Amino acid sequence: MKQRESTFTNMVVVLLVVTLVSGALLGFVHQMTGEAIEQARSKAQSDAIASVLPSFDELAPSIKILPEEGADSVEIFPAYSAGKVVGYAVKSYSFNGFSGFISVMAGVDTLGNFTGYEVLEHKETPGLGSKMGAWFKNSEKEGQCVIGKNPASANFTVRKDGGDIDAITASTITSRAFLEALRRAHQSVTLLRENSPDEKMPLPAAGPTGMPQ
Amino acid sequence: MNQIKNFTKGLLRENPILVLVLGTCPTLGVTSSAANGLGMGLATTFVLAMSNLVISLVKDQIPDKVRIPSFIVIIAAFVTVVELVMQAYTPGLFKSLGIFIPLIVVNCIVLGRAEAFASKNGPLSSIVDGLGMGLGFTGALVVLGSIRELLGSGTLFNIRLYPENYTTLLFVLAPGAFIVLGYMIAMVQKINKAKK
Repeated sequence: MKQRESTFTNMVVVLLVVTLVSGALLGFVHQMTGEAIEQARSKAQSDAIASVLPSFDELAPSIKILPEEGADSVEIFPAYSAGKVVGYAVKSYSFNGFSGFISVMAGVDTLGNFTGYEVLEHKETPGLGSKMGAWFKNSEKEGQCVIGKNPASANFTVRKDGGDIDAITASTITSRAFLEALRRAHQSVTLLRENSPDEKMPLPAAGPTGMPQ
Repeated sequence: MNQIKNFTKGLLRENPILVLVLGTCPTLGVTSSAANGLGMGLATTFVLAMSNLVISLVKDQIPDKVRIPSFIVIIAAFVTVVELVMQAYTPGLFKSLGIFIPLIVVNCIVLGRAEAFASKNGPLSSIVDGLGMGLGFTGALVVLGSIRELLGSGTLFNIRLYPENYTTLLFVLAPGAFIVLGYMIAMVQKINKAKK
């Protein structure tokens, strides 16, 4: 069959048909996978919360806190055991990764020490920045491990900037961003605890800075 | 057309990375580990086979002057389908391949085969060509990824084979990738010459 001629009408019609059909196909697949994607995301989140905190029997509804003016809010999940707070799972972030946005779930106990973390989302270089998933948890290397450390007592930046934490080899920018996200998490928990005691908080009817009313 | 020869040419004789030297950008970027190379290769193979098939079926309907934009839209649609499916059903692999999945759209191999082969041959030959090229690509990625992972991180498919102290960081970074790829291209040249 001879190829369709390149007349103006032909070109416009064909491009229109190709894009319409592609768009329809994508809309269909998007709808089909939408639920599974949402499920995968919330499972990753609840798995992360469980792994960063010591054992708890109840998770309060999350509270949003503004760590600094003009920044994005941070989501805190307070965890209770027998009615008393045992720790906070904080969904923190940084926009200063090597390739932009990094999302981290950090566990903070009532003394302000980190109990664990899970990296939720990132676009860092595979094999380099992506090592942050395990690097800062390495209990055999005291200089780089953040577990048990407290930004209030340790200088929570990379050694290059005068801090106490060893950055990932050849990935200083990612390391800086990661530590920024953790400092932000700690800061948010501090803010939250200043404004409310350890008792169970009422169901959130929260104002813009997340303070329960 | 001899479909067997059509299929096997993509594996060694006309291997897309090692002989045609197409798609080197994702090749170097994704092969810091063998598992990533495998995942990326299989995703690209799917896109190659499907886009070759569709383009071969509609090639007579698309006016010559708009063939490149049309091909790219078709390829981009398949890549987005792969991305959504991976995000939904293989979130671990999706997380480790990350930004390289959408980059399959601009992988020269896909557009290159569409232009050079699918737009001039029948659907069966095109799908076979896509599969052969895709699997050749996957094979090269897995070998390159394995060498880089073994020398650079001391692991293979995430199984540690020797302590981290003895690894060579160079192979995780781009220069190491270029060096290993260069040697691989040279070796394949030698094999192909010997076969003649």
